[in-house]
Amino acid sequence: MIVEIGHFALALALGLSLVQCALPLWGARMRDPALMGIATPAALGAFLCVAVAFAALTLAYVQSDFSVLNVVENSHSTQPLLYRFTSVWGNHEGSMLLWVLILTLFGALVALSRRSLPERLRANALAAQGAIAIAFLAFILVTSNPFARVTPAPFEGQDLNPILQDLGLAIHPPLLYLGYVGFSISFAFAAAALIEGRIDAVWARAVRPWTLTAWLFLTLGIAMGSYWAYYELGWGGWWFWDPVENASLMPWLAGTALLHSTIVMEKRDALKVWTVLLAILTFSLSLLGTFLVRSGVLTSVHAFATDPARGVFILAILVAFIGGSLALFAWRAPMLKPGGLFAPVSREGALVLNNLLLASACATVFIGTLYPLALEALTGDKISVGEPFFNATFLPIVVPLLAVLPLGQSLAWKRGDLLGTAERLFAAFALALAATLAAVAFAEGGPVVAVLGLALGFFLVAGSLADIVNRSWTRGMPLATAWRRARGLPRSAWGMAVAHAAVGLVAIGIAAQAWSTETLAVMKPGEVAAAGPYQLRLDAVLPRTGPNYREDVARFSVMRHGETVGTVEAMKRLYVTRGMPTTEAGIMTRGPSQLYVSLGEPQPGGGLGVRFYWKPYVLLIWGGALFMAAGGALSLTDRRLRVGAPARARAAALPAATPAE
Amino acid sequence: MRRFARLLAIAGVAAGLAALPVAPVRAVQPDEVLPDAKLEARARAISAGLRCLVCQNQSIDDSDAPLARDLRILVRERLKAGDSDAAVRDFVVSRYGEFVLLKPPFGPHTLLLWAGPFAVLLAGVVALAILARRRRAVEPEAAAPLDAREKAALDELLRDGS
Repeated sequence: MIVEIGHFALALALGLSLVQCALPLWGARMRDPALMGIATPAALGAFLCVAVAFAALTLAYVQSDFSVLNVVENSHSTQPLLYRFTSVWGNHEGSMLLWVLILTLFGALVALSRRSLPERLRANALAAQGAIAIAFLAFILVTSNPFARVTPAPFEGQDLNPILQDLGLAIHPPLLYLGYVGFSISFAFAAAALIEGRIDAVWARAVRPWTLTAWLFLTLGIAMGSYWAYYELGWGGWWFWDPVENASLMPWLAGTALLHSTIVMEKRDALKVWTVLLAILTFSLSLLGTFLVRSGVLTSVHAFATDPARGVFILAILVAFIGGSLALFAWRAPMLKPGGLFAPVSREGALVLNNLLLASACATVFIGTLYPLALEALTGDKISVGEPFFNATFLPIVVPLLAVLPLGQSLAWKRGDLLGTAERLFAAFALALAATLAAVAFAEGGPVVAVLGLALGFFLVAGSLADIVNRSWTRGMPLATAWRRARGLPRSAWGMAVAHAAVGLVAIGIAAQAWSTETLAVMKPGEVAAAGPYQLRLDAVLPRTGPNYREDVARFSVMRHGETVGTVEAMKRLYVTRGMPTTEAGIMTRGPSQLYVSLGEPQPGGGLGVRFYWKPYVLLIWGGALFMAAGGALSLTDRRLRVGAPARARAAALPAATPAE
Repeated sequence: MRRFARLLAIAGVAAGLAALPVAPVRAVQPDEVLPDAKLEARARAISAGLRCLVCQNQSIDDSDAPLARDLRILVRERLKAGDSDAAVRDFVVSRYGEFVLLKPPFGPHTLLLWAGPFAVLLAGVVALAILARRRRAVEPEAAAPLDAREKAALDELLRDGS
């Protein structure tokens, strides 16, 4: 019964989304406040209905209701509660339901945030948001119904894919979807601006918090997915340029560009048309990502659905929304007033360069991901595009972006002074150089590319530090005063500094992997192997039984300079229901570095094949991403974004020499 | 030969990989490693650039599939026989087609792929230059006039503020 209520609620949500789309749109056209006002209850109602549907499916999973086909196919009564819960979105139907849940959640949030939004903009945006909800609700109801019953109900389920039975599944998809779907708000506002034929700084101020929210969740989602792949797949890689990863990287790159161009629009009333286009492209890339993953076009790690009917349906959604919005753009964009002029050497000029390079980087990933598909479809030739391609094309575009970032960050708005800014950055540059030299001396040399990467990372961190220092301290000032001024800087300034320094941390983490080591060994209990500065002794191999699997555990003692510093366990598991083996890497964290142990096959002559990796500073890669998101969050709490009014008093108390954030 | 590779890929998908996501990965096994460290390093470098034909987006260096193992051993045999790196790659390509190379070769059919990213960048620069030149000629226009309702709302706001 509860399952049927869920199904009914989903259909009801479709009805409410139709209302949310049609009436406010008409109301905005007729300037009828009553019709426009319907958007709010409709959006809230749609969210409530989808939430009921989601709760119903969750209940079916938690209670192991095997009369529901979806539960039978993806769950098992012996699964721990957490995995029975996360199984809800560990499959195609459930993950689409999660997608729509988040979509309507964002719609409801926009409906609730009344502050200072022009009425028509809000009505049109909610209508556009409703149109997206219609498409995806129809997709679920027509092709991917999670509530289908099965008779007779089997006694037991078929278990969730063992690879997905991990805490990562609890965190990664919701974060990623919050990011993907969050960009639908920017998209809806862009469509609203085009429908109205009007766009200004108010628009930018309204959209920026949403873009920032989506961006920070996408950042966390990608980082979480990367770390999950790192520890689950068992060979210590953290980014594979897999099409599914690229599908999430593209909206991230476009979204990052959007974030920056929106700032220019808010501050200088410029880049308007471009910002609208970027907002459309960012969500289009999110849709493309959904299509690539959900349609099974790429049979890859994440594509647990391969059904042509679904593929065609999503393709139709893709074409309708991307084509429709771009057509709307082509039709209405000429009506938008172009923004003001600005000098090339200025903060806004630097942000244009940022957008140019980010958009090119995004295009590179796009080409690299879709070219093989297109080539095969057109000529039948099959080629592979892997890491070497992206190293040769993506890096030459991204590295210059990072190299000039500290400079752009410190330039003033309107008319910057390149020489003066470079002078102010001199200390940061010297600091970065010293840190790099120290690191290289400590590591006793290393590959040139990696050393350059380190230098870049240090420069980014030092540049952000310099930015904060330069804003709050001038020569001869007492430190207490400088500290007070630094604390008085707007949160968005701190957010920017933290996020940009975090990019540096990621660069350092990536570069440091050049010094990682890999050891292959055949070991019998009692034998010792070296990995980086550590020695590992295989103590024992023991069998163990988990709730729904059996495993062999290899326990190692980790030693340094002859002293034991701890133990690490690596496992080979067999999930009983599916008869599927997995390996669980053993990981020991030492500061920001990790020791990574992965078990291989028993060898013919006795003994166990083992791979050890020593990965210095590897945690900076994901830690940096966390800091990036933290910077975004800090910026989000800025007073200006919260109340939608420029910061007053405190800013006025600062001398005018402080560059605007 | 290419058909053979595709057949293998289909067979692999049908047999083991139907249960995607990925199978556990074990990659290079200790018994495959060459005694000559220099030769082994070359073998690892070559392997990292060759795609495992029955997996998704894994190099043979990372994959545990039996075919990947065969290819790793093949690469090492060719190296031991004295082939250069390029000769080994050519040999593998002649057997399995270009699909096996993770770095697609430059040619007429990959021209757009390789030139595309930089063409986009160049197009962006040119577009910016043109826009900057055109924009300089145009005077900035006045702001759009408010309609009656908005004017009323503004008046009200201003009254409240004073």
